[in-house]
Amino acid sequence: MSNSSSGNVGIVIVSHSSKIAEGAADMVRQMVGNAVPLAWTGGDTDGGLGTNVAGILEAIEAAWSPAGVAILVDLGGAETNSEMALEMLAEDRRARVVVCNAPVVEGAVIAATESSGGSSLAAVKRSAEEFYA
Amino acid sequence: MSLDRAARERLVRALAASMIEHAEELTSLDQAIGDGDHGLNMKRGFEAVLATLPGLADKSLPEMLKAIGMTLVMKVGGASGPLVGTFFMELGKALPEQPTRADLVAAADKAIGAVKLRGRSEAGQKTLLDVLVPAQAVFASGGDARAIAAEAAQAADRTTPMLATRGRASFLGERSIGHMDPGSRSASLLIGAAVAALEFEAVS
Repeated sequence: MSNSSSGNVGIVIVSHSSKIAEGAADMVRQMVGNAVPLAWTGGDTDGGLGTNVAGILEAIEAAWSPAGVAILVDLGGAETNSEMALEMLAEDRRARVVVCNAPVVEGAVIAATESSGGSSLAAVKRSAEEFYA
Repeated sequence: MSLDRAARERLVRALAASMIEHAEELTSLDQAIGDGDHGLNMKRGFEAVLATLPGLADKSLPEMLKAIGMTLVMKVGGASGPLVGTFFMELGKALPEQPTRADLVAAADKAIGAVKLRGRSEAGQKTLLDVLVPAQAVFASGGDARAIAAEAAQAADRTTPMLATRGRASFLGERSIGHMDPGSRSASLLIGAAVAALEFEAVS
């Protein structure tokens, strides 16, 4: 579900659909390249549409970077589950993970673009969220 | 109030049975105004809880509730997993091992507060809070098991004419009116199962 690692901010894509999550990750890789740690997760624990906390925790781990991780989500459950996952992280990591209020596909591409230039977690989040500003 | 091991296991089985037996009904409510997976999700979560018996009931009541919450968070999926799971986890965190009724009221208050924070929601938005809050009011004012269960069921019914402003149904805007909120229905079923298993008596 992931590859590449660097000191850049990691990007996690969370969608109710694993196909959307995977497809958005493909777009990020093609448009931004491999300079950004990237992971995706989608679907419930039975493989149906939905999101699950365990999958999100794994994705955060896979995309981990000392610079932090920005999570892009689609619908409400993805956001609630991501916030739950965030709270379950160790305290020192929790402070370095954010959920972005941005459209999942466009947000992921913009966030990764920002990250690939070495921007901070706050800057990555801000760029992604400009879509809704 | 003291719950021995057998009573704790009875409580777990009653909660799980209420979700498993009503899975189809919950799913059909969710098909009307949500994404149609609520019954399946809750059933999956509580089947996972049942699978942790008998060890689950060996734990103290607070530890057992926390474990139920964690299993629900990990297994239910959707937004309901974190919401219902948070309720159980916070209830467990706030309870002493041998809680009095007053301890339970206080712990339920805290747990409902945590659900509000988790969902960034308040009562009146057509969510499970529209059952939790009024049922808690009856519990806090001394109602017995029957009164609490009745209020929970009526509160779920009262979500039918409400306009959803939080949760998936809020996407539908006015089309959410006229359908019972599935999360409210499942909350009322869980409350009904819990208070029947715990046999709350009225206090004045």
